[in-house]
Amino acid sequence: MKTLFSLLLAVGLVAPVFADEVKVAVAANFSEPMKKIAADFEKDTGNKVAISSGATGAFYAQIRNGAPFEVFLAADDETPAKIEAEGLGVKGSRFTYAIGKLVLWSAKPGYVDAKGEILKKGGFEHLSLANPKTAPYGAAGVEVLKKLGLYDSLLPKIVQGENITQAQQFIASGNAELGFVALSQVWKDGVLTSGSAWIVPGSEYSPIRQDAILLTTAASKPAAEALLKYLKGDKARAVIKSYGYEF
Amino acid sequence: MLPDSQDWSAVWLTLKLAATVTILLLCIGTPVAWWLARTRSRLRPVFSALVAMPLVLPPTVLGFYLLLLMGPHGPVGYLTQHLGLGLLPFSFTGLVVGSTLYSMPFVVQPVQNAIEAIGNRSLEVAATLRASPWDTFWSVIVPLARPGMLTGAILGFSHTVGEFGVVLMIGGNIPNKTQLVSVQIFNHVEAMEYAQAHWLAGGMVVFAFLVLVILYTLNPQALRK
Repeated sequence: MKTLFSLLLAVGLVAPVFADEVKVAVAANFSEPMKKIAADFEKDTGNKVAISSGATGAFYAQIRNGAPFEVFLAADDETPAKIEAEGLGVKGSRFTYAIGKLVLWSAKPGYVDAKGEILKKGGFEHLSLANPKTAPYGAAGVEVLKKLGLYDSLLPKIVQGENITQAQQFIASGNAELGFVALSQVWKDGVLTSGSAWIVPGSEYSPIRQDAILLTTAASKPAAEALLKYLKGDKARAVIKSYGYEF
Repeated sequence: MLPDSQDWSAVWLTLKLAATVTILLLCIGTPVAWWLARTRSRLRPVFSALVAMPLVLPPTVLGFYLLLLMGPHGPVGYLTQHLGLGLLPFSFTGLVVGSTLYSMPFVVQPVQNAIEAIGNRSLEVAATLRASPWDTFWSVIVPLARPGMLTGAILGFSHTVGEFGVVLMIGGNIPNKTQLVSVQIFNHVEAMEYAQAHWLAGGMVVFAFLVLVILYTLNPQALRK
């Protein structure tokens, strides 16, 4: 009997009573660090994490219409606040898990200079952004362009990705020479993973506070609460930091 | 909230794309359908399969490969750059190329069925009357295959109007250039502008219904296929 049980356990047919699966909706820019954190969390607690990544606005629409997510890691602070106000999130569970940094990035080494002068010099066909209406990093990119007084002249060159990962993919495939993405997408352990970039100074755009919230679907689920607590812990923070986020 | 100017330009752009693609497909698709219907080549199953691929592939697959092929590092991208045409992604021309491939089976298959239904007899009669192949094509095949061509044109047009995946992958969501109705609906939903999303989405429902009613009125056989 015991062997049969452990066999079933091994093939995943019977879950141990203490373990649970937490369904997490993650903003696209945070999906890489979240995968790492989730793996650590699974190892440390025995709970499982199911990650869906996408655009914050799309998740909001899905959560309002009954999507079964339990934890929401947004790319902004407005959406979680709205979710809490609408009674879809657990009151008092909201906190900032990371502050994002914007970067002007090109897949070509040496293409983007350290001060972003390339934006003024021009000579490119396409500048890629995430949809500024729905993606905070897209909105931050527009803010930077407006502050530099270049928005109107560069508007015909802007191509929009549905979310920040698609914006990056347009650049990575060479279809757009450069574009604004999240630092976390091109940054690992203090260095650029590829290409060239201008890390936009924080003074050029309003801070991208990324908030997390426990959704009411998980109100009585210890594993979901544990995951949120885990996000604030040293181990998770080290991972978050290694991707270039602040707190 | 009523549709804004960006919505209307998306509607106009969608209709322009669908019309362009339909005309192109009738020009390219009819000879292809003719060949597929009449050939005895052993390669026929291979070409039939190629034409039908978009029916079974997710549009994202097509969009993904088009983006790579037409991009600056892809063979098509090299060619268009050398010809001085620039790159096709993020352009209306790029959408036309993508949609033509994607909607191809919707035009070829009805036309092919219609040509196959004509049979050999009418063609043999035409031959005995010394009609050249060109003459036969215009005075026998085209008139007899007209219902199939009409079905193909309507299906090709409406399918292009409803396209989403390919456009999302290679379009870049540029107003007046690549921002189509289907993408615009998606944008409105994501931005929580549900009223505008309803205008466009509801419009699409009405459009699809009308197109099918017209199709089945003009061409009742289509029902039985």
